[in-house]
Amino acid sequence: MAHLELDRVSKQFAAQTVVDDFSLAVGKGEFVSFLGPSGCGKTTTLQMIAGFLDPSRGAIRLEGKDLTAVHPAKRGLGIVFQSYALFPHMTAAENVAFGLEMRRVPQAECRERVRATLAMVGLAGYEDRYPRRMSGGQQQRVALARALVIRPSVLLLDEPLSNLDAKLREGMQIELRQIQRTIGTTTILVTHDQNEAMSLSDRIVVMSQGRIEQIGTPQETYERPASAFVSQFLGKTNDFTATVDRTTASARLVAGSWSSPAPVGVTGPVTISIRPERIGFGDAGLAAKIVTRIFQGNHWLFQCESECGPAIVVRQNDGQPQPAEGEAVRLVWRSDDMSLRAGGVP
Amino acid sequence: MSAAIGAASATADERTKRAPWVLAAPALMLFFGVLVIPLAMTVMLSFHDWGQYKGIEPVFILKNWHEVATDPYYAEMFGRTFRIAALTTLITAVLGAPEAYILNRMSGRWKSFFLLVILGPLLISVVARTLGWALLFGGNNGLVNKLLMSLGLIGSPLPFMFTETGMVVALAHVMMPFMVLSVWAALQRLDPQIENAALSLGASPLTIIRRIVLPQIMPGVLSGAIIVFSLSASAFATPAIIGGRRLKVAATLAYDEFLNTLNWPLGAAVAVLLLVALVLIVVGSNALIERRYAEVFR
Repeated sequence: MAHLELDRVSKQFAAQTVVDDFSLAVGKGEFVSFLGPSGCGKTTTLQMIAGFLDPSRGAIRLEGKDLTAVHPAKRGLGIVFQSYALFPHMTAAENVAFGLEMRRVPQAECRERVRATLAMVGLAGYEDRYPRRMSGGQQQRVALARALVIRPSVLLLDEPLSNLDAKLREGMQIELRQIQRTIGTTTILVTHDQNEAMSLSDRIVVMSQGRIEQIGTPQETYERPASAFVSQFLGKTNDFTATVDRTTASARLVAGSWSSPAPVGVTGPVTISIRPERIGFGDAGLAAKIVTRIFQGNHWLFQCESECGPAIVVRQNDGQPQPAEGEAVRLVWRSDDMSLRAGGVP
Repeated sequence: MSAAIGAASATADERTKRAPWVLAAPALMLFFGVLVIPLAMTVMLSFHDWGQYKGIEPVFILKNWHEVATDPYYAEMFGRTFRIAALTTLITAVLGAPEAYILNRMSGRWKSFFLLVILGPLLISVVARTLGWALLFGGNNGLVNKLLMSLGLIGSPLPFMFTETGMVVALAHVMMPFMVLSVWAALQRLDPQIENAALSLGASPLTIIRRIVLPQIMPGVLSGAIIVFSLSASAFATPAIIGGRRLKVAATLAYDEFLNTLNWPLGAAVAVLLLVALVLIVVGSNALIERRYAEVFR
């Protein structure tokens, strides 16, 4: 049975549908990310789980019990807010102890758990600091400790890393994943950062305009995007329109001067989508001309103008000579590396 | 050559050094002309002598200060002044802080409407507002008194005019916007998610207000209290209208000494004493607040 279950949840504000027919089952100990651009309804969904908003339709269940009937204060969920929302008039230890005080945990146990949790997030020795006297990364750790110390059934993270600088964010991602693995708390992360979602989650829920576009593991969503939106949002991609040529003995998929045997059942114009790093330069394939060549250390980035429109190619810097700007090339890829969607490129 | 450059840069240095003084001069002159000099003259005046027939004599004596310090009449006057100011401050804090909190939780349009309702009184003269109270409660002809008496709820008019209670009520009404604004400013600095954070940790609404919101808006309440206290203690119009000549406070006393008795030196002593007492109270409590909250709110 799913640990946390959202069953056809919708949320409307006046005439506007912010979350539409959202269904998801989260397993115990799973790390799930809600990924999407701002305004896609991911934070609204999180707030409905937290209880700050009530769903207009649908049910939210925790271990089979209806969660919407439970007051937010009684849900026992740990939440880390984007702004951290630390209590500025309390020290780090007092912040962390607050949830335990509300639960009337005996003082000795409370003190021990606060100490252990602060140590877990790497803040041993910072007990008596006030939040204003801490760096952004430290405040974020206090917020995490405050959410974890109550041993929540589900940990909700609302863009927790977006206020940190790039380097710190990377470090915190690794740490967050380790902590989550160690204590095994079911976790839901809301983010607009695809790298963050991919590096942290077991599964990603890609959302757009209140709807779920795709649910899948990071690899699935990246390699087999279910929609144009997903393929565009998760990293860069090349979309070409291909047609099916049935004049030959076996049907072939054709895009410009590139062609390959058509998969069974494919008809009409289709969009083929290939990641830039899966395209190589070969002898036969899609004819293209290199417009710009950019060196980026461990890889080369080529912007090409192909028969089927602009294309991006990323090549590993493996020491081999690379084509120069203005050179005519042929783009090739394995048929396993492309995903097909019905209809041409809009 | 190098000497010429040195001289030129020296005058440039000089000029940059002078610039702030030159630029600040008009404001400084105004400040000295209309505040420091009259204040110094008032202090001097309080040491001069005065007689019914001889008028003011520019001598240095401690007669006025001795009178103010020893006559229990003045002790009673200052006692009343600060009692009224303290009560007014307490009432505005107890009513104004929740008022600001509720205002802050309102949604857009209602918020701006009620903000206008709260600030509206500031647009009307203190005299008009205080006279309003007099119209409602002033003796047998007061509107509220008339109504309550005709309903048979009270036998005689409620004592309001010429009472300390009346003064406190009217002053609290006049001062309320200052407290609400001060607390409201503190509420603006609150993290909008902070109440949700406390809620998710299992706190009840009452606990959230008591343990999370109140401690954070306390500096706002206290600075509002300083404003209200100092304005109430030095208020003139409201005590003059409600208290009249019978129930004097320090400000009305100083006024009467100046304009009725024409004993300017004594009036000056009262005014200077009020000023010094207020400055000490305000600076003292401000220092206390700063020390108490420096760690948390810097």
